[in-house]
Amino acid sequence: MKFLENILHKMEPNFVKGGKLEKWNPLFETLSTFAFSPKTVTTKGAHIRDGVDLKRTMMTVIIALIPCLLFGIYNTGHWAMVAEQGNRDLIFWADQSTKILLGLKVVLPLIVVSYGVGLLIEFIFGMFRGHSLHEGFLVSGMLIPLVMPADVPLWMVAIATAFAVIIGKEVFGGTGMNIVNIALTARAFLFFAYPTSMSGDKVWLAGKEVDGVSGSTALGDLASFMSDKPVFENLDAYTSNYSLFDSVVGSIPGSVGETSVIACLIGAAILVFSGVGSLRIILSFFVGGFVMGLLLNLIGGNPYLDLPAYYHLAIGGFAFGAVFMATDPVTAAQTANGKIIYGFLGGLIAIIIRVLNPAYPEGVMLSILLMNVLAPIIDHYVVQGNIKRRLKRIKTA
Amino acid sequence: MSKTVKLKKGLDIRLLGEAERVTITLPLPTTISLKPSDFHGMIPKMIAKEGSHVKAGEVIFCNKYNEPVKIVSPVSGIIQSIVRGEKRKIMEILIAVDASQEFLETPTKDLSTLSGDEVKETMLSAGLWPFVKQRPLDIIALQDNAPKAIFISAFDSAPLAADFNFSMHGQDADFQAGLDALAKLTAGKVHLTLNAKTANDAKFEHAKGVQINKISGKHPAGNVGPQIHHIDPINKGEFIWTVNAQDVAIIGRYFITGKYDAHKTIALTGSEVVAPKYYKTIIGANVSSLLKDTVKTGGKVRVISGNALTGDKIDADGHLGFYANQVTLLPEGDQYKFFLTTGWLGLGFDKFSNSRLFPTFLTPKKKFRLDTNTNGEERAFVVTGELEKVFPFDIFPMQLVKAAITDDIDGMENLGIYEVAPEDFALCEYVCTTKINIQDKIRQGLDLIGEECM
Repeated sequence: MKFLENILHKMEPNFVKGGKLEKWNPLFETLSTFAFSPKTVTTKGAHIRDGVDLKRTMMTVIIALIPCLLFGIYNTGHWAMVAEQGNRDLIFWADQSTKILLGLKVVLPLIVVSYGVGLLIEFIFGMFRGHSLHEGFLVSGMLIPLVMPADVPLWMVAIATAFAVIIGKEVFGGTGMNIVNIALTARAFLFFAYPTSMSGDKVWLAGKEVDGVSGSTALGDLASFMSDKPVFENLDAYTSNYSLFDSVVGSIPGSVGETSVIACLIGAAILVFSGVGSLRIILSFFVGGFVMGLLLNLIGGNPYLDLPAYYHLAIGGFAFGAVFMATDPVTAAQTANGKIIYGFLGGLIAIIIRVLNPAYPEGVMLSILLMNVLAPIIDHYVVQGNIKRRLKRIKTA
Repeated sequence: MSKTVKLKKGLDIRLLGEAERVTITLPLPTTISLKPSDFHGMIPKMIAKEGSHVKAGEVIFCNKYNEPVKIVSPVSGIIQSIVRGEKRKIMEILIAVDASQEFLETPTKDLSTLSGDEVKETMLSAGLWPFVKQRPLDIIALQDNAPKAIFISAFDSAPLAADFNFSMHGQDADFQAGLDALAKLTAGKVHLTLNAKTANDAKFEHAKGVQINKISGKHPAGNVGPQIHHIDPINKGEFIWTVNAQDVAIIGRYFITGKYDAHKTIALTGSEVVAPKYYKTIIGANVSSLLKDTVKTGGKVRVISGNALTGDKIDADGHLGFYANQVTLLPEGDQYKFFLTTGWLGLGFDKFSNSRLFPTFLTPKKKFRLDTNTNGEERAFVVTGELEKVFPFDIFPMQLVKAAITDDIDGMENLGIYEVAPEDFALCEYVCTTKINIQDKIRQGLDLIGEECM
């Protein structure tokens, strides 16, 4: 590695201030600090520092996303094959290699477009601001393809990514400064700008659709209970079509990476164990969703309201949102107690929107975006509690 | 009423190079130095002239804006030079040490007959006052404020810190006299806080005229900050004074002998020391004789006057700081590290981390050789909740740091700036992913509070 280090050494003078390639310093710095941790040393204060840095933290999130990504590729391939053959009863675990190839054909371009567009914009901003690439987008760039329907056109992904990075993040100052989650901003942008490409029955299967095969999702079919023309006659008909087992495994249509609860929970285990993701948020998000599900059961009167509460936790993007979206430390609440309130309300509102608002079959995205906006207020009151405690000490003393 | 406090939060950084319990007495150094920067916020006004001869205990400089507070010479010698920096700012005063020491002798007084004001006068004129620091602001105590209590910590929990049970062994009379003197300065209590987990020396365990508290937990349990916070917290408008345990003994010695005897025992520690031991030397001593034949060869070494978390970087022929109880030698980390081997994506068995992103937790007994590399570049605050794990106060550390960075005076007041000193944030600075110099930010915040609110 000495060889590579020497090359970088030799090139460095060109990129520092006054060098002829000074403008390109952010690019050089990004690449060189990727390959070699810089030799900067402490000057005062704590002379030693923890090994942890943002690069390693973000890399851990990406590792935690790998199960979702791999399963997403397979699942996308499966449903692409379903669409191709016009047969919804294909056995899920058969023809693995073909399905993986089909899935890769769909998912890889999504990832390439998301990273390509996002990183390019980040570099341009970095060059204007004179700083190297900050690591935040490494995770956002992976999350964006995972929350897209498989059939979304690539140009839409490009526009959504650009919108999310510029309006969602860079205008606020870049990594660490954004108010709402980047990946969800991208998804919300498409959701409202191109609704027909983001919901309904058609978008969840990649490839051409054959007559007679519906790409309907569990959520879509459930939402129809709230309308005049339900897809299923009653809840039993629904549960026999979508078993809880399938939802947990994830062998159902949906956004690329969101369907498998098991994959999400593996990711959650990695995040929580490493301390990168907050257990408080993840648990309270699930609890919030479950409590709301129970409340709806109490109201009852319609098959969707009667749906057992634990079903809610397994279908749609609930688990994925709880594990990977709600836990984004920049946009979540920052205080320990705030995190519990934030997660609980997030889960609660997700189910409210999902069940009671027929316009949006899935409520997780909107609920987390709403909580992102509310998080500073939650923190404010938690911090006020601490301040009051200190003031009270003066009065009692 | 003695109190027992259990801290759950904190972090013991396991460094290599703990000092062996052997004391070597060093001969008097050739030079000693007094650095005004050791006394934060003080603008020095020189009293002694360059080239003149001073006895140990004679005034060298005083605080320009608070003249009763004087800094005296720890040795007798000739003022060799006054080193000045930009705008003629005094950086340090170098004193060439005489072969035989003369002390400025004052008649000893019986402590029990002195009033609080007399003790204060004596300490001010004898140059003992700078040992007394105050919170809020973490500066030399303002002598006109009445402190509600005085806090002394009987142990230091910082990485590789000197063990006062050993290094101050046999100074029972000095220490008790120091406590007696300090007790006269406050209408409140003098709190002596002991480590609940170890056997303590008799002078600590059986100290008289003080409230003895016990505290257990990881670093910063030995810092006065958390001790004050959990025993008698500071509210706005209140003052608490703190003194280092070794300095209490120096104060006591003065009242017994009438001489300013600035000898103390320091620990020479760190992974780059051949055989870490305790050394008896004097305040401000040149470290070159200390470092002779004790530094491992090969590779650059950082010399720190103080501990690895709060100390000051000095040169290999530099001088001890005024308050230093240890010298730490660490390897410099000015090398590039390839990302897959020793860099950010490596396995990281050589790195000590409070997070589980590194396998530190697999080797709970292992001691580490940590260098001075920042292990990453400066970033915005992204990760939350990591500072709280090492900050045993009922205070939101990240919110307070942010208030300090943004000069938010109301915010700092509300969030508890009066209770903290930069050293309390040393571990926060260590664990923080942002790599920001948090202690520096808190210092700036305190300075602003000092200007605007005190």
